[in-house]
Amino acid sequence: MTATLTRSREREPGQVTGGRRVPVARACRFELVKLVSQWRIRLLVLACWIAPALFVVGVGQQSTLPVDTLFGRWMLASGWAGPLVMLGFAGTWALPLLTSVVAGDVFASEDRLGTWRHLLVAVRSPRRIFVAKAVASLTVLLLLVAGLAVSSTVGGLLAVGNRPLVGLDGHLLAPSDAAASVLLAWVCVLAPTLALAALGFLGSVTLGRSPMGLLVPVLVSLAMAVAQMLPLPVAVRVALPSYALISWNGLFTSPRQLGPLLIGIAVGLVWAVVATALAYALFVRRDFTHPAHDGSGRRAIAVGVLPLVGVAAASFAVVAATTSATGSGIEQDKVQRSLATAFAHLYRMQTDQLHRPAVTEAQLKATASCGKGSTRVAAEGPGNDWRCVVTWHLPGVEASGQAIYQLDVTPDGRFMADGDGPKEVNGYFLVRTPEGDAPNPLWQFDGNVELLDTTPKG
Amino acid sequence: MEETRAIRARGITKSFGDVVALDGIDLEVTQGHIHGLVGPNGAGKTTLLGLLLGLAVADSGRLEVLGAPVERALDAPDGVTGFVDGPALYPSLTPRQNLAALAALRGHDARTAGIDDVLAEVGLTDVADDRTRGFSLGMRQRLGLAAALLTRPRLLVLDEPSNGLDPAGKKHVHGVLGRLAADGTAVVLSSHNMDDLEALCSEVTILAAGRVVFSGPLSKLATEDRELDYRLLTSDPRAARRLADDAPGIEVVDGAGARQDAEPLVVRALVPALDHLVARLVARGVALRELTPVVSPLEAAFLALTEQQEAGR
Repeated sequence: MTATLTRSREREPGQVTGGRRVPVARACRFELVKLVSQWRIRLLVLACWIAPALFVVGVGQQSTLPVDTLFGRWMLASGWAGPLVMLGFAGTWALPLLTSVVAGDVFASEDRLGTWRHLLVAVRSPRRIFVAKAVASLTVLLLLVAGLAVSSTVGGLLAVGNRPLVGLDGHLLAPSDAAASVLLAWVCVLAPTLALAALGFLGSVTLGRSPMGLLVPVLVSLAMAVAQMLPLPVAVRVALPSYALISWNGLFTSPRQLGPLLIGIAVGLVWAVVATALAYALFVRRDFTHPAHDGSGRRAIAVGVLPLVGVAAASFAVVAATTSATGSGIEQDKVQRSLATAFAHLYRMQTDQLHRPAVTEAQLKATASCGKGSTRVAAEGPGNDWRCVVTWHLPGVEASGQAIYQLDVTPDGRFMADGDGPKEVNGYFLVRTPEGDAPNPLWQFDGNVELLDTTPKG
Repeated sequence: MEETRAIRARGITKSFGDVVALDGIDLEVTQGHIHGLVGPNGAGKTTLLGLLLGLAVADSGRLEVLGAPVERALDAPDGVTGFVDGPALYPSLTPRQNLAALAALRGHDARTAGIDDVLAEVGLTDVADDRTRGFSLGMRQRLGLAAALLTRPRLLVLDEPSNGLDPAGKKHVHGVLGRLAADGTAVVLSSHNMDDLEALCSEVTILAAGRVVFSGPLSKLATEDRELDYRLLTSDPRAARRLADDAPGIEVVDGAGARQDAEPLVVRALVPALDHLVARLVARGVALRELTPVVSPLEAAFLALTEQQEAGR
């Protein structure tokens, strides 16, 4: 035995025996092995690749739909609504939680296990360790996000089918267009996901083994979700790194509302870069030999937080200066235009479903007149007190039609229109469609007010 | 054959803020030797081991490891490995997976890296595929040693490698370290367990408050100018006691009122006085059946240092 062991330890000429810095690719693989070996990561991978499909298929069997969630009311009409409902849920809950568990723990776990010195002796470069940990955790995050997207899409297509999707302005997207837009929407939320992951790195580096580090992405995300619900100026809202978690809905209008989406993505990426750079700077300066020092401390927290406050202020200033956005961004003419456009598209759809003579949006010349209940209240800003009258014309008919809607407009620009008569136009009744009976499309529908005036009118 | 130095340190200092961890340390360790570091808590042992592993760089002084100067952090040459503050392992991986991941990290094929060999060497073959989450400290120590062996080190640096080991585990570890030294690897280890150090080390360095107070062969400790207590077992305890009472430089340290024929007899003496007493016993026909230090020279030195440190506070 001894002879065998001694022989096995004989050194070969030129053999690498440690000391040299380990290439980043190998260090990444090492980090991936450690991450994937954790039961909670395995559980998350399973959950992300299975649960969304089960959810979408399950909802497909129900008569009650999650109408509070964007595209929820179309889950029985198109398989492409499923991944969008999941995207809305992911933006609020799943992505912050996933980034917390993966990125928020990737550095702190070494503090908890007491393995930093071991890792440093093996890799011999804090820079490479940082890059490897960041790349490995982003890879796992990408796997989880891909699971959410693929699973919900497969579930939707299996349960409902590859059918056209009704957009947020009521226009019908062909299945191929819906597929491309869904894919693009999921790609767009990678920017705020990266920002949350970078905040996770920063929390994990600055707060060491404290559980607060793990919670940073969740807390930041929660704070931003609360901020999006408050009547803040639109420039503040758009300058938050989580805005792209909302503004992907601009992909489902015609023309696409790309301005807010691109700004949201840019802000998210800037936050991702700055937070990662701060985490990197703090990490490589850490003294791993100092007894009982896990990197946390007031100075580290100040160095980590203050620049981000600066980034938020700079983002706000740039957005405010470049878009001239003031107030809530929800103005009377925008609400009227959005509602009229959505009504026209959905009227055409209703006409098809009821087998009436075909009509185009241009022929309808739909307009809307909206106010906030009382003349004493300015017709702007979010609220559920918007009341609108939509007017349209039919070809060859002298008189114009009118329909009333109550609108609940949320601070992020989303609105839900609730038909208030006449019943035969926008009241509740079922229409027979090739996919089965469905509520009258003009009864209740979702729409979107573009908060920034960045999209050319078309 | 000329002995090669694995470590050559001259005037090493290292401070953490206002705390001076190492204060002008000199150290030499030869290839193929096992060198022990001993000292009270806070003496600077772990800091010194960290410098040897390249985890930090000294504030001043010169450190050469395996013939190469270490002038920057994480700049230790190839062939240096080990652990400080206990072995670090990933509890979600099995021992085999831990070692395979480490081998892959170093660019070796896990199938040919000798993982089974090192697991067998430290006696962990039976639990090679169990999760390390439930491992005892002793098992983790052995796995930490296996991880170090995987790199085929020329200098192995270990912090308290015997902590938590049962006698069988200790035997394994001692055997491994002995074989490594026989193969030419230098081993530097710290321990509070004097038995381990005496069983393993050919040389020791005693640190106190960041300074070297002794460095050299263990045998030299016994001849240092320090009285030790020795236990004597003889064929005639009464005669032995009488001779000890009369012998110059010998103090009988039995408790007051002890029986004259009580066995064993404990005396405090320097080595030359003890030699003289033994010669007198033999000359008077008293057979000496056993002569052992009550505490080892190393432990006595350690205790003396600790007492000095306490007295200095």
